This record gives sequence, structure tokens and C-alpha cells, in this order.
Amino acid sequence: MSEKLLIIDNLHVSVENKPILKGVSLSVEKGKVHAIMGPNGSGKSTLSHVLMGNSKFQTTQGHIFYEGKDIAALKTHQRAQAGIFLGFQYPTAIPGVTVANFLRTALKAIRGEVAAVKGFRKLLTEKMASLQMGPEFATRYVNEGFSGGEKKRLEILQMAVLCPKLSVLDETDSGLDIDALKVIAEGINRLRGPDNAIVLITHYQRILNYVKPDFVHVFMDGRIVRSGGPELAHELEAKGYDWLDKNLAGEAAAR
Amino acid sequence: MSQEGGLLDIGKNYQDKYGFHDPEKFIFKAEKGIDKRVVEQISWHKNEPDWMLRFRLEALEIFQKKPLPNWGDVVLLNKIQFGEIFYYLKATDKKSENWADVPETIKNTFQKLGIPEAEQKFLAGVTAQYDSETAYHRLREDLVKQGVIFLDMDSGLKEHPDLVKEYLATIIPQMDNKFAALNSAVWSGGSFIYVPKGVEVKVPLQAYFRINAKNAGQFERTLIIVDEGASVHYIEGCTAPSYSQDSLHSAVVELIAKPGAHIRYTTIQNWSNNVYNLVTKRAVAQKDAIVEWLDGNLGSKLTTKFPCVVMTGEGARGEVVSCAFAGVGQHQDAGAKLVFAAPHTSGTILSKSISKDGGRATYRGLVKVYPQAHDVKVNVRCDALILDDRSQSDTYPTMEIEGDRVNIEHEATVSKIGEDQMFYLMSRGLSESQATTLIVNGFFEAFTKELPMEYAVELNRLIQLEMEGAVG
Repeated sequence: MSEKLLIIDNLHVSVENKPILKGVSLSVEKGKVHAIMGPNGSGKSTLSHVLMGNSKFQTTQGHIFYEGKDIAALKTHQRAQAGIFLGFQYPTAIPGVTVANFLRTALKAIRGEVAAVKGFRKLLTEKMASLQMGPEFATRYVNEGFSGGEKKRLEILQMAVLCPKLSVLDETDSGLDIDALKVIAEGINRLRGPDNAIVLITHYQRILNYVKPDFVHVFMDGRIVRSGGPELAHELEAKGYDWLDKNLAGEAAAR
Repeated sequence: MSQEGGLLDIGKNYQDKYGFHDPEKFIFKAEKGIDKRVVEQISWHKNEPDWMLRFRLEALEIFQKKPLPNWGDVVLLNKIQFGEIFYYLKATDKKSENWADVPETIKNTFQKLGIPEAEQKFLAGVTAQYDSETAYHRLREDLVKQGVIFLDMDSGLKEHPDLVKEYLATIIPQMDNKFAALNSAVWSGGSFIYVPKGVEVKVPLQAYFRINAKNAGQFERTLIIVDEGASVHYIEGCTAPSYSQDSLHSAVVELIAKPGAHIRYTTIQNWSNNVYNLVTKRAVAQKDAIVEWLDGNLGSKLTTKFPCVVMTGEGARGEVVSCAFAGVGQHQDAGAKLVFAAPHTSGTILSKSISKDGGRATYRGLVKVYPQAHDVKVNVRCDALILDDRSQSDTYPTMEIEGDRVNIEHEATVSKIGEDQMFYLMSRGLSESQATTLIVNGFFEAFTKELPMEYAVELNRLIQLEMEGAVG
């Protein structure tokens, strides 16, 4: 049996006393890709932010174990240093800070050592090329004036440079045209490996054609309501979330 | 790219790096306070021509009669104890062209501050002033041969009295303001630069100003004349030890850019928190000339400084790019003045200020367009970043437009660091203070990117010290 990288146990989370997550349980093994699918407003993004330690949200019940340890006390940057990565749905602009400077600073913060300028440039150029980003990208200011697709590329570039153990990608596919989607998906696939895991949060099945998940979970109203293999995603795509909603209502009534 | 060194180099505080002081050893130290006798002593020690003594004494009279300015931070200005300041402190009577000949303690000071190293690496000329007098100056041989003059002001007066007499106080007369009068009365040191027609000085010239003594006043006087079609980049850096008693730094800087000339004047000042820094800086840009002030203000108790460019010839252009960092107990009252006195001229003001830990950053700006100046283009932008609720930022833009077809763009923003920005950066492993520093460095980028790389790195490091200093 593979090692569990992440265990979420009956997690309840509120924002301003309004419950958002209502008992999420999920376990993720190393080497696996989990897709979490669900309608807008179901709490998927909240889950990703809570994993990263966003202090806007209050955990009222339940635990998150990462590498066997409860990480409730870890601050956001400590979680990042421990190998957790969040690919943002809406990445923030940092005016005046170049992509190269940002990444070098982040790499130093996470690895605890200064990357040699030359080695870092080479690494950055390689990773950018693999995501079809021109060299001028390195000198632009982080997310400032970026198109939607460029922002998502930058998220994956960061993931590629930082090599996290657990990547939580929040709707990285939304707003991308098909070519951009393929580039991003290839980028994600390159980062799959036996020692890390990916949680892919998405509204649509589309990206799962390119990034094959090991598990698919359906997220509704603050909980995972169904889990299965890749076939679940196809079923969902064909029949829509309403189908599952009705199905669940039927199951509940039958109980 | 220029920011990289800044953040990665976790540093010490001001006290360790700049706050030290040497034991005070003087060849001559004037009595505390200012009167006719002190002024006469200064002039005597310098063995000056009579006209300069008269210039000083006239200025003293103006200083004594003139009230404090009513602009600026009147409350803080009124706290200056003019009678408690030492106006002239002569620690050396030798100006060396060789670091080996500089007196040991002074040499050590400048070594600690990295001046000889910087000279070797990336400067064409250096002067280093210690309290009132210049201890070292040197200009690259090839520039000497091309007729470039780069001297401390006292030597400038001795060796080129006609040039000095012709231009001194023509841009900032003694009666301009109380502090200009004070400087005119007791000035000592500063830089004198003349660049002949058509000579482009491609590598920067630098002056470093160091106050060492307690309660010291430093009153350097700088005059830069750049002849037709010539260009120069001059950089000044300033520090002082941290004393509990106040020091006064009151410089006067005059720039003359003749037709087609280009002057860039960069200041990175990092005074200790006991220094009143009250400086008058003004430039004249003649036909098709360009004058740029790059003004970086860190440290000091109160800085009052509004670099000014007067466009006197058609096609002239003035630019002021400034950044200010106001920390605990500090007021950075900085800004810019652009005066348009000729048609088809243009100008830009870009001001970036940060206030933190109760500090106050003020932008005070003037754009004046005279009736004869038509077809003028001006762009003013001031951005303020306030890092906490105790700190303050205020903006006083003044526009006096009398010319026709004047195109003015003015934009001002005040912002705080967003929670989403902090979360984003922290999710990439940066601690709260590292994230803040990166955002601050980014905020100043529009300024730092204009600096030579070494200075950009240094400035970012200084900002980081300010950021850390407040925590400890």
C-alpha cells in the first residue's frame, strides 16, 4: 500500500460564521491524481484555500493530516515550505516584481538556500520553454496585465520550479482555449511522479481528457458526495450535476 | 533582475552598518552656534577670496532675518536648535587623491561604507566628504584629459574661481529660503563639476557625504555645469552615525544644463534618525536639455526636499523620480517642482512613498507654467503605500497654469497591501515580512530600475533593513 500524503478527516469550515465545508473526508496517496468536480459555489475553492492555510477561513471541526501530521498550527508559508502548493484560480498581481525575481525568492524560501544565478536562469528558461513561454516572460511583473491563459501558465510554471509534493490546482483549466489547455495539461503531466500527488479541482470534465485522474470525487454543498474512477467524470459530463443531485435525493429518500 | 540581491541578503540594522562613529578628532572645530565670527573663521580657514567672505556674510544676514519657511512640517522645523549645532568641523586639512594618504580613521569609515571598492568597480570619479571637509577625491585620467572638472567645491573655488563666481547662486540665490541662506553663509565641501562641450561622461561620478561628529551640521554646496551637448551622471550617497542629539544637513545643489546637455543626478540618502535633512535642489534646463533628478530618501528625522527643474529653453525636459520611506518618528516631506518658462517643453514627476510604524510621507509638488510657455506636456504621478494604521500619507499637489495648450496628466493613488497579495506570496513560502518586503521592493521598482545595478541592489537592501528594523 502506498503512503498517504494527505488525509482530510471530517473537515468543517466556516467563513464569518457561515458554514462552507460540511464534513469533507479525503485521502490522497503519493503518486496519485485526484480530481474534485462540482458545481460553482459548492466549496471546492474554499477547500483548496483551507489546505493552504488561508486565515480567512475558520476550521470548526475535523483535521488535515499532511505527511502524517496535523497541520492546523502551520501558517501558509510553513505549509508551502513543507511541500504544499496551491495553483490559484485567480492569481494576484504583484506590481513591480518580476517573474524571475519572484520565483527565485520563492525557491529560496522553500529550499532555504540561494539558487545560483546561472543555474536558476537555466532552470527557468527550460521550464518556461516547456510551457511555451518566451524568455521575455521572466522580466514581466507577476500577473500584471496578464491574460487569463498567461496567469494559469505562470501558476504551472511555479509548480514546475518549486516541485511541490502536494499540488492543489484550483480550476487551472477554466478560461483556457483548447491549445492552452493542452499545454497546461502537458505541464501538469510532466510533474506527475511516484513521490508527489495532485488534487485537480475543476468544474468541467474537459481537462481530464488530458490529465488522467486515478480518482474522481464529486463535490456538492460542502461535501464529497460520490467517489469513483475516471468513468465517473464521463458520466457526470454526459448527464450533468442535476442528474447526481436527483440521484442523491433519491438515495436519501430511500434511506 | 536588479532586485535580487536586495531580498536575499538578510542584513543587519542601521546601527551595525552605518550607525557607528569614529572618535572625534579635529584640526579645527568652530564654536557651537552661528554668528559673524564663526562665518569669518570658516572663510579664514579656507583662505578664500574676499568676494566669497562677503557672499557668506550677506547670506548670514539674510539667514538671521528670514523666518522659517511656512511650508513643510512647521512643527518639526521649529524644533531645530540652531544654537546647538556645530557649523564647521575640520577633521582633515588634506584632500588626497590616494586612499592610502587619507587619515586612518576616516579611511576606515569610508572602507566600511564600501566607497573605495565602488570606485574601483564602477565609478569614473569619487569625492568623499567627512563632516565639513573633503578627505578624498579623484577623477579618471581620461576624463581629466577631456577637460572634465570634478572637484570638491572648495578646490573648485581655488582652481576655477571665475567659473564659480559666474555660476554660484545664480540658480538658488542666498535669499531663496532660510536654509539656502544658511548654506550660503557656512557652506563647506560639496562637488564642483564642469563638463565641456560635447563630452559625454559615460560612467557615473559619485560623492559620498558622511557626518561623523555629534550635533554636527553639514552644509555642502554643489554646482554642476554641463556645457552644450555634454552629459554626466552624478550620484550622491549620505549616512551618519546614530546619535540621540540632532544633526543638521542642509545642502544647496545647483545644476546648469546648457543647450542639448543631459544631467542625471541620483541621490541615495540614508541618514540616521537624528538628522534634519533640509535641502534645496534646483536645475535649469536650457534649449533641448534634459535634467533628471532621481531622489531616494530613507532615514532622517525630517527630510524637506523638492528637487526642481526650470525649463528655460524650447524643447527642454525635466524629470523627477523619487521614492521615500518614512519609518518610526520620521517625516519624509518630499516631492518635486517643475517650472515651465519656455514653449514646447515637457516634464514628468513620479513619486513613490511608503509609510510605516507611525511614519509620515508627504508628497508636495508644484507644476508651474508661465504664460510664455505654450505647448507644454506634463505627467505627474504619485503613489503612496501605507503599511499600517498608525502611519500617514498626504499629498499636496499645486498647479499654476498660465500658458496655452498645456497638457497635464495627474494621477495619485493611495493603497495598502492587500490580503490576497500576502496570501499569494506566503503560499509560495515567503514569511509575512519577506512577503511585505517583496511587495515594497516591487512598489519602488519604478525608481530602482532607473539606478545602476549596484545601487539598485543597495537600495533594496536598505529598504529591507528598514522593514526589519521596525520589527526588532
